[in-house]
Amino acid sequence: MAAAQVVRSEWTKIRSVASTVWTLSLAVVVTVALGILISLLSRHEFDNLSRAERLSFDPTFVSFAGMSLGQLAMIVFGVLVVSNEYSTGMIRTSLAAVPQRGTFLFSKLAVATALAFGVGLATSFVTFFLGQAMLGEHRAALGDPGVLRAVVGGGLYMTLIAVFSMGVAAMLRGPMLSLGILMPFFFLISNILGNVGATEKVGRYLPDQAGSSIMRVVTPVDDDTPYGPWGGLGIMALWVLAALLGGFLSLKKRDA
Amino acid sequence: MIELEGLTKRYGEKVAVNNLSFAVRPGMVTGFLGPNGAGKSTTMRMILGLDRPTAGDVRIDGTHYDRLKDPLTYIGALLDAKAVHGGRSAFNHLLCLAQSNGIPRARVHEVLDTVGLTPVARKKAKGFSLGMGQRLGIAGALLGDPRILMFDEPVNGLDPEGIHWIRTLMKSLAAQGRTVFVSSHLMSEMALTADHLVVIGQGRLLADTSMADFIQRNSRAYVRVRTPQPEQLSDVLAAAGITVVRTGDGAFEVDGGKAEHIGELAARHQVVLHELSPQQASLEEAFMRLTAESVEYHAHSGTGDAPAARAWGEDWTGEG
Repeated sequence: MAAAQVVRSEWTKIRSVASTVWTLSLAVVVTVALGILISLLSRHEFDNLSRAERLSFDPTFVSFAGMSLGQLAMIVFGVLVVSNEYSTGMIRTSLAAVPQRGTFLFSKLAVATALAFGVGLATSFVTFFLGQAMLGEHRAALGDPGVLRAVVGGGLYMTLIAVFSMGVAAMLRGPMLSLGILMPFFFLISNILGNVGATEKVGRYLPDQAGSSIMRVVTPVDDDTPYGPWGGLGIMALWVLAALLGGFLSLKKRDA
Repeated sequence: MIELEGLTKRYGEKVAVNNLSFAVRPGMVTGFLGPNGAGKSTTMRMILGLDRPTAGDVRIDGTHYDRLKDPLTYIGALLDAKAVHGGRSAFNHLLCLAQSNGIPRARVHEVLDTVGLTPVARKKAKGFSLGMGQRLGIAGALLGDPRILMFDEPVNGLDPEGIHWIRTLMKSLAAQGRTVFVSSHLMSEMALTADHLVVIGQGRLLADTSMADFIQRNSRAYVRVRTPQPEQLSDVLAAAGITVVRTGDGAFEVDGGKAEHIGELAARHQVVLHELSPQQASLEEAFMRLTAESVEYHAHSGTGDAPAARAWGEDWTGEG
């Protein structure tokens, strides 16, 4: 079984269902629109900020504010790519065609990851440039130290969120169960854990909290985060690897 | 050729498939018969490597399924016509299957044509009727031009025209020398299509026989005769060249004889008859007798006479 054949097949699968188009376009639109809006508001609020807040002001990170919502669409994309197979029963047809389950899963993930990265990277650049345009005199330039890393990192962040969701969906199979766990986790629980004093130190090791540090250019005043931007992304990547391993083992062991 | 050897599947305490061993041979349609819940689908899923056997082994042309390079070119299967992403068009569904097994795109058009779905090739599968879904599933099975084909209850829910089409297709595939393995819970359906029969009940093998043998043993027409003068009747019939079989309860069974003819012979020789009745054992009855003890959920008819538990084959020996 040539992996290239399976990759082609998975590309046909992913491009031939509507959910791919609407989840990814939603991710782009929400991230960019919200980024523009928050950048615009931040520009008007800048004069009211305290001195410490002005020193911590990170125009690059501000333009990525839309990702907190846009990532939810990426989660839906990642979940549906995998769990569609189970919810439709297609998985039995797919595994009869490609009985090597590792080849099947990783070809599917490779295709979906490449697509998520392409869309994520484009979204990241667009939201950066439009956000900076809204920020006026407070804007950052792509050539400023750390900015290019943050913008490329934004694309990587969106990709990893999608891949993490694929791994979780491979473990849990059903779309409702996967979304029911992932959506509240990333939308609520992670934010609560990361912003409450008592759990803050744990919260910052959660995949989204750690990973989003890649999009920061200006370190906040009195910040004591024990990892840098790449360290944070590395922590997120470990979460992703764990989810993929779990998904792979689940597919490997269980009856289809 | 599909070979099963001691194939067993347990779900916790429940044994779904129990030590099945048989081979499915090329050049004929092999019917896989059993009541609902007998373990037919589980067996088929294990053949395709979808479910892992608890014990035993199954091989396709001598090889484990997951070792086959491009398995769709060895064995094509229709397990569940609904195992399709409804949002994908028929063409794209078949295309992604073809690509995964290195089958050329032109073949997708061919099989769509074979099953008559070309006009709706670009339509989403969720709008398909059951019959169209079944045709799409069969197109997928034919895609790799495989030597072995396997269909799980292919006629379920089809209209008469669709049923006729599938029967003809299966026979023509077998006539081309292919191995065709098809499951059903209806004996009457199998009688029309299968050349060979594998019968299971509660996961156990009950019969592995040619259809002709099964019919010969189970579907014979005969005349049942009772008389208080057995010796005289026996002589009269023997003189007329008619062979008789004596059953346990003292009656005779006359194979292939005409009741009128026997009655006239008896009258001419003044032999008293207490019973003279033509009998026909239907295949469906034979199948039900065979599987009665293994049917999981009996519908109690209220008559209270549950079929007696017998060893397989015991009731073939001629006591009717």
